[in-house]
Amino acid sequence: MVSVAEMSEITSPTVVNQTAPMPNPANPKVERGMIEIEQLDFAYGTNKVLHDINLSIPARAVTAFIGPSGCGKTTLLRCLNRMNDLIDSARITQGSIRIEGVDINASSVDVVDLRRRVGMVFQKSNPFPKSIYDNVAYGLRIAGTTKRTLIDEAVEKSLRSAALWDEVKDRLHVSGYGLSGGQQQRLCIARALAVEPEIVLMDEPCSALDPIATAKVEELIRQLKEQYTIVIVTHNMQQAGRCSDHTAFFYLGRLIEFDDTTKIFSNPGQRQTEEYITGRFG
Amino acid sequence: MTATASNSRRVHLVQGILFWIFRLATYFVLACATYIFLDIGIKGSRTVFTSTPPFINVPFLTEPPQTLYVFDYEGKKMALSDRQFRQWKVEHPGTEVEASSIAYSAGGIWPCIVGTALLVIGSMILALGIGISSAIYLSEYSRNGPLIRLVRIAILNLAGVPSIVFGLFGFGLFVIFFGWNVSLIAGWFTLGLMVLPAIITASEESLRAVPQGLREGSLALGASKWQTIRKNVLPYAMPGILTSSILGIARVAGETAPIMFTAAYAMKDELPWQVTRMTDFFFQGVMALPYHIYVVSSKIPQNEYTERVQYGSAFVFLFLVMLIALTSIILRERSRSRLSW
Repeated sequence: MVSVAEMSEITSPTVVNQTAPMPNPANPKVERGMIEIEQLDFAYGTNKVLHDINLSIPARAVTAFIGPSGCGKTTLLRCLNRMNDLIDSARITQGSIRIEGVDINASSVDVVDLRRRVGMVFQKSNPFPKSIYDNVAYGLRIAGTTKRTLIDEAVEKSLRSAALWDEVKDRLHVSGYGLSGGQQQRLCIARALAVEPEIVLMDEPCSALDPIATAKVEELIRQLKEQYTIVIVTHNMQQAGRCSDHTAFFYLGRLIEFDDTTKIFSNPGQRQTEEYITGRFG
Repeated sequence: MTATASNSRRVHLVQGILFWIFRLATYFVLACATYIFLDIGIKGSRTVFTSTPPFINVPFLTEPPQTLYVFDYEGKKMALSDRQFRQWKVEHPGTEVEASSIAYSAGGIWPCIVGTALLVIGSMILALGIGISSAIYLSEYSRNGPLIRLVRIAILNLAGVPSIVFGLFGFGLFVIFFGWNVSLIAGWFTLGLMVLPAIITASEESLRAVPQGLREGSLALGASKWQTIRKNVLPYAMPGILTSSILGIARVAGETAPIMFTAAYAMKDELPWQVTRMTDFFFQGVMALPYHIYVVSSKIPQNEYTERVQYGSAFVFLFLVMLIALTSIILRERSRSRLSW
């Protein structure tokens, strides 16, 4: 199997320096794609929504964020690629998020570069009103790749990774809007994979999909974790149980419990976790 | 009769009367519109169309306005244009006739069509350039604050300014202060300013109609804000912007007040491109259709001979505006079917 770094060398040589793992002599434990959240407080204006979050998300594994609506799990997810920058009053009031040991909110960090390394799949599938091919090629073209053969290769590879290639290979140049809901979401995943991220954030990626499409996306998530660090927000407890390695349970803006998924679902350490998982509230 | 029955009869009566009032109001609008279109259509087509091939009065569309000479000759009433009259005099040497002259009532309106087209093109390029830029700033970059609220109020107020005030403003600023005189460029800026609020509002609406998900999707792929706007927002907003702008064109083409002090001449023999130096092109006044209609309807003595040009001009003008509106509708329908989310 070719490593991600090597593949990014093939597809987009300009990005290589930014995506290559940075060896950190001060901290040899830093691993490619790992996320460390430390004492994080986050507020929309005066409304504090995240309180003192401490969480280490391991690399090349699937971590699920679960919890009732409004508990802050999506907000935390959007902190990881600084998507919250788009909201005027939203800001981190305390603490830090480090990806591979680098504070992503430091002024020296280029947010555009960060988002290339930390891809995102949204709750509502949002294919661009372009052809399937152009959707997947979008990120590469943005990054300055112009060579047709490179783009062709990357499009095929990403669509294969997203388990969509066989369904669309004969109609790459028709609009992405013609696909079914599940296919659209997998197209969005392919689009995110095309820029060779290290981390893929998924915000309830299956909430609008039927069970068959959901099963396909979950199968995909299990495959992708071999190469990518995946963080998935889900409302669906079974989904967290089926496809994640680690689970974080949030409640009212606090991290209640974080552990192996099997442990959380069989023998949770906190009463609130147990009550939520067994459906007594939430 | 029970109370409920009489009440129900009253309710029905009130409803019946009200519906008839609504219906009459609608018919009234319809009647007015029909009358205007029929009146201009019938009287105007007498000027614009002919009974012999090619069935269109080509000279009316291709010649400049001329003075009409009317006189009696051997018991026959003659009505000749300037050019025809001079030729007639050459053909009838020694004949003395008492001709009464009626200004602008012969010949055609070609310079007016050209002038209006030039005014529209220039002012729309200006208005679209400035308007789309500020709409992008307002909808994509600016953060809502007191300053932006002030800007929005200013834009709203600008939209409510009467066109004659724009005319006077353009006259004061561009014609007098900048010393551009009565010129195309002064007209461009005046008309451009006038439609700017409409263009900004329409562009901002079209930009906001592009789903936020497309912006987030693009940003999440590592696109910069400008790349996102350029590649994934503006292309989808453009059909909407252009559709609304075409309605702006109708307004620019139709307004008389802003150009009467800034750009329009009542009569000009040369066409706009007949200038000695290139720069003179921008600093020349032009004839324009709405101003021409104003001139031939109110600045010359009215008689049976003036109607021809009045209705002909109005007819051509109406036709051009309808053409623009039709283009806008077709564009909108085509872009609607192509983009749907």
